[in-house]
Amino acid sequence: MLDARSMIHRRAGLRLWLSALWLGALTLATLLAPWIAPHDPLAQDLFLGRMPPFWVAGSEPGYWLGTDSLGRDVLSRLLHGARVALVVALVAGGITCLIGATLGLLAGFLRGWVDMVISRLIDIWMAFPPVLFSILLIAVLGPSLTSIIIAIVVIDWTRFARVVRAEAMAQGAMDYVASARVAGRGRVGTMLREILPNVLPTIVVLLTLEMGIAVIVEAILSFVNLSISTDDPTWGGMISEGRTSIHQAWWVLVFPLIALFLTVLAFSQLGEGLKDRFDPVLR
Amino acid sequence: MQILRTVLLRLLTTTITLAGVAVIVFFVIRVVPGNPIAMMLPPGATDADIARLSALYGLDKPIVSQFGIWLAGVMQGDFGTSITTRQPVLDLVLGRLPATLELSVMALVMAVIIGGVAAITGTRGRGTRTEGAIDVANGMALSVPDFLWGLVLMLVFGVLFPIFHISGRVTPSLELPFVTNFYLFESLIRLRFDLWADLVAHMFMPALALAIPLAAIIGQLLKQSLKETMNLDYVTLARTKGYGETHVILHEALRNAVLPTLTLVGVQFTFLIGGTVIIERLFSYEGLGNMAIDAVINRDLPLIQGIVILFAVIFTAVNLIVDLAYAVLNPRLRHA
Repeated sequence: MLDARSMIHRRAGLRLWLSALWLGALTLATLLAPWIAPHDPLAQDLFLGRMPPFWVAGSEPGYWLGTDSLGRDVLSRLLHGARVALVVALVAGGITCLIGATLGLLAGFLRGWVDMVISRLIDIWMAFPPVLFSILLIAVLGPSLTSIIIAIVVIDWTRFARVVRAEAMAQGAMDYVASARVAGRGRVGTMLREILPNVLPTIVVLLTLEMGIAVIVEAILSFVNLSISTDDPTWGGMISEGRTSIHQAWWVLVFPLIALFLTVLAFSQLGEGLKDRFDPVLR
Repeated sequence: MQILRTVLLRLLTTTITLAGVAVIVFFVIRVVPGNPIAMMLPPGATDADIARLSALYGLDKPIVSQFGIWLAGVMQGDFGTSITTRQPVLDLVLGRLPATLELSVMALVMAVIIGGVAAITGTRGRGTRTEGAIDVANGMALSVPDFLWGLVLMLVFGVLFPIFHISGRVTPSLELPFVTNFYLFESLIRLRFDLWADLVAHMFMPALALAIPLAAIIGQLLKQSLKETMNLDYVTLARTKGYGETHVILHEALRNAVLPTLTLVGVQFTFLIGGTVIIERLFSYEGLGNMAIDAVINRDLPLIQGIVILFAVIFTAVNLIVDLAYAVLNPRLRHA
């Protein structure tokens, strides 16, 4: 039994370290992009179009990961694209979490008509196909970074609200909540001081997952050419471009895909690792 | 009695949900900038032309009365006329629906098979490296969304080993004898296996991309409940009778372990259908989702409305069926 437990701990530890390592590298890339990127991510050079990465014959020195069809440096675009990805992850993830968790907490703890209204809203939201809804919202708001963040918040708050509501409801039925009430704590006090700390681990795990989702949503919107202006490098925009030249220049698609893949995996593994850490049974 | 009450209550909330969707989508898309009428007309059209066409589509009236007219039409099965193609929205939408349904059901079948095999293999090899490997694969499959799996599959089976087609629903040069738009189904009925193979070669990658995350969920949950069931007395009894491990899992444990997975699959299936929007776009598959994105880009308001409403109807119908199936299948609820 003890053995199994230390196994789980070790695995959780490894997961946490690996994902923290990748996300740390990403943060550095975001901060240092203007200095470490070998080229201007927007500079076009049609004579250098579709150069392969350095280990493939015919590559151009200095363009490590090759160039796209307009001769723009893939590595530099990748580094600059990390900025958009990370900003969307942090800002959209954070705001979504704040709004969704608050509504879920209110619905789950206060019950009554508050719960009824919020639950109906969740039902209605769940009946929309999320990707289509986000594309529609961007069409309404106009493509920009702010629009993407707003679209993610508007669509994904239900992810938090649903889970936190159920959790708050379960916690609210427990004896410790009743005794806090008997001891004279008010409703708001009970909610913030008794329920919230017990729901917090769930919220943190959901938040890391949401950050990964936000990065994907941005990529999807860039893919359908509805993200921020098409000049700015984003991973989704690079993928969209790579999709059209997939047979001639696979590297334009592969590198942003790897970056997205690792980022999404890192966020979710961070969440899983944290869940194991928080789990009182395992602890 | 209990079941009847549950059904009525669910029908009521479903109606509220659909009404909510209708209101939100109608008012949200009226705020879309860009005049769809101006986009329809050739350059050089006069203001009078624009006004005339706006009146034709009812776009000159106040928004609230536009909503009233539209809702009255919807009640009679009239979803309006598409601005870009000038065909009835209902015809367009129903023409594309079979493609999306076939893709979704194909993905569901794949997910059940992959997830089921993973769960049974994992249960057979519980506590060994096999189970560990399946857990890791499940974890990966679960954390990466369908969009990325689609791209990965496209690179592997479309470029590296070009086995499958990376775009479209069927090879355009083929002659199709079909009378319905359920191509996959109809090709089987007509015993046209050549067409069937072509359709599958187009559908394989988008369907698998949609299936992978759901397969992981099925694999994980089913394995968990199978492992719990395997410790029950009746399973031990079956084992003492001399049946092999696989036989015990398939014939004794599975039936009792499958219920929790079944309800989850229902909810997850709606997520899968939602995923078809971007997956169809990625693989240029001529379904509802692909048409929806074009409709947004072209500001085809009546068409967008129709598609969103149809998606909402599908989602709520799936949820309703799952809830009712659960009530019927679960013996504890049936006798309550």
